Amino acid sequence: MAIDTTDKKKIPVKMRKHDANLTRLFVMLILVFVLMTILRPNQFATVSSFNSMMRQFPEYGIMAIGVSLTMITGGIDLGVVGVANLSAILSAKFLISMVPKGAEVAQVVPFLIIAVLISVVTGITCGLISGILIAKFNIPPILATLGTQQLFTGIAIGLTNGRPQSGLPLLYSKIGNMEFFNFIPISFVVFLVAALAIGVMLSRMRLGTYMYLVGTNPRAAKYAGLNNAWILIRTYVLSGLLSSVAGLIMMARTNSAKADYGAPYTLQCVLIAVLGGINPNGGFGTITGVTMAILILQFLSSGLNMFNNISNFYRDVIWGGVLILVLVFNTLLTWNKERRAARRSMV
Amino acid sequence: MISLRRMTKRSEPYVFAVIVALSLLIQARSGQFFSGNNLVDLTRSLIVPAMFSIGCMMVIVSGGIDVSFPAIASLAMFVTDKVLLASNYSGNVLLAYAMSAGLGLLMGALNGFLIGFLRLPTLVVTLGTSSLYTGLMYGAFAASASDVPPSIANHGKEILFTATNASTGLTSNMPIHIFILIGALILAFFILRYTMLGRGIYAIGGDEIAAERAGFNVRGIKMFLYSFVGLLAGITGIVRISMMSYADPSTMLSMDMTVIAAVVLGGTRVTGGVGTLIGTVLGITLMTMLSNSLILIGIPTYWARAFTGAVIIIGTGVTAHQTFSSRRRRSQMQKAKA
Repeated sequence: MAIDTTDKKKIPVKMRKHDANLTRLFVMLILVFVLMTILRPNQFATVSSFNSMMRQFPEYGIMAIGVSLTMITGGIDLGVVGVANLSAILSAKFLISMVPKGAEVAQVVPFLIIAVLISVVTGITCGLISGILIAKFNIPPILATLGTQQLFTGIAIGLTNGRPQSGLPLLYSKIGNMEFFNFIPISFVVFLVAALAIGVMLSRMRLGTYMYLVGTNPRAAKYAGLNNAWILIRTYVLSGLLSSVAGLIMMARTNSAKADYGAPYTLQCVLIAVLGGINPNGGFGTITGVTMAILILQFLSSGLNMFNNISNFYRDVIWGGVLILVLVFNTLLTWNKERRAARRSMV
Repeated sequence: MISLRRMTKRSEPYVFAVIVALSLLIQARSGQFFSGNNLVDLTRSLIVPAMFSIGCMMVIVSGGIDVSFPAIASLAMFVTDKVLLASNYSGNVLLAYAMSAGLGLLMGALNGFLIGFLRLPTLVVTLGTSSLYTGLMYGAFAASASDVPPSIANHGKEILFTATNASTGLTSNMPIHIFILIGALILAFFILRYTMLGRGIYAIGGDEIAAERAGFNVRGIKMFLYSFVGLLAGITGIVRISMMSYADPSTMLSMDMTVIAAVVLGGTRVTGGVGTLIGTVLGITLMTMLSNSLILIGIPTYWARAFTGAVIIIGTGVTAHQTFSSRRRRSQMQKAKA
């Protein structure tokens, strides 16, 4: 009986906490949306603007999901952009050198499949390297992935001499920029699939639970008999895999691959994860929160784009400022909660 | 007297050995390494990264990390430059240093407040402020390469001595700024070695909770640490533009990785608590030598970045592995005793 009552007590508390964060994000999302709609009534809430937003966010959104996973385990992956660019460059190089000019559609398709495979395998390998450095050589994730970011970007620069790789077969960008019902881009569908898969993995599968456990308390996880190293390696492999998918989307969107494309995405991904309620110390956060954070950021960014007099560089200011404000707010909130809990226990 | 066994456990002797081996290799390949002008050139190009590395090393020793110092240096020097140009300032260069150092101090203090008092994670905070400061520089101040006031330009032309290469006739000037670097090193050495503050920095890096229980003011120490990084960064900004004699806002922005790599290479333990200034200077020397002579040792410039990445990974891997295995050995010894 005793066990039953504690269980009953525990679950609602956890649910409430979980919901509070999501509610806060949801309110923020609505606020940003309403604000932008009022400020730019003819531009913001239109079909074409939604269509272009759906084209823009999948590439960094998918990377942000990867970063979030690594942050749930108490680490961080600063190498996602490097992995995305390197895998895109390798498959672009393959396509450019192998596909003959003016080839038939049927001839090109097998090359495209191989190119996608090359990209995905590169992403997995890169993730494996980061994961092994972190889990087996005990390098702190920050430094390991700062290093791999330099290494992967460096390899990409070295392979291309820093030049963009263009001249991909037309079919690739045609497929990559396809739209369902003339409205829903294929990259958005890919994002949805990735978010759903990772969300289900985190909440329903054993690996997801293990990730939270390792992030909450690695020592406890170890003594509970978990193979921490193997869990961490799989986390970074997943992040690498997601990054390579993002790389494929970037390649389709720009119709080329470039070694230093999307450098600000690293900060943006960390920002999204923190904004979405992932605790940088590990153990907390959901993909639903992360998805809402992605939408908030995209609304903000697209909305700001509609003001001609606001320089693009202010976006850096806003990203940095929002990141720090959200962190401060979350910390103050936790302190407040702890203080209240302490007072309650004193009474 | 340091025993030989303790010597072999530290990284500094190895880094020094690598530096000697590398200089011999370059000398053998080009015959120009040990010429006066090459050594002066080398010293000249390591002044700015070495200035950055002092603060960076102290932060890593305390168990944190700071990636915002290039942004702080750039914004501080750029604002100083703009203000002095607009007011047609022609007085002493010391005002430029004081102003830039003050601005840097303020920006570093923001990091220190967020990290020390709100206990936010160091990397995320400094990534955020780095983006904030860079954005302000390009957005609010519309930064682009610009001139420097005459006092800063003249300061950059002050030369200690000139070295001439006997065989090629090339000359290199040793800038007066080397004294600023030496001064900063002495100050940092004094703080780390002879003050409670310095012991506190090592103590926090070793074990933050233990340091707090031992009576160290952890918040205050962190506040000092990040403010000090900002102050040094502000000074470094002026050093850089006076040596280049024009203010380029982007010239320092990508330096963070190389500096962190050099600090870690120099034996500063990434998990905190261990690190020396001598090791840091050796690390910076090695990194500068490598980047100055990549072509000489047979690495094309396009691969320079991959090379930096590999150096970071190998350097951090070796030190992290050492820490881990020494900790394991210690716990085994304790078990054996019990």
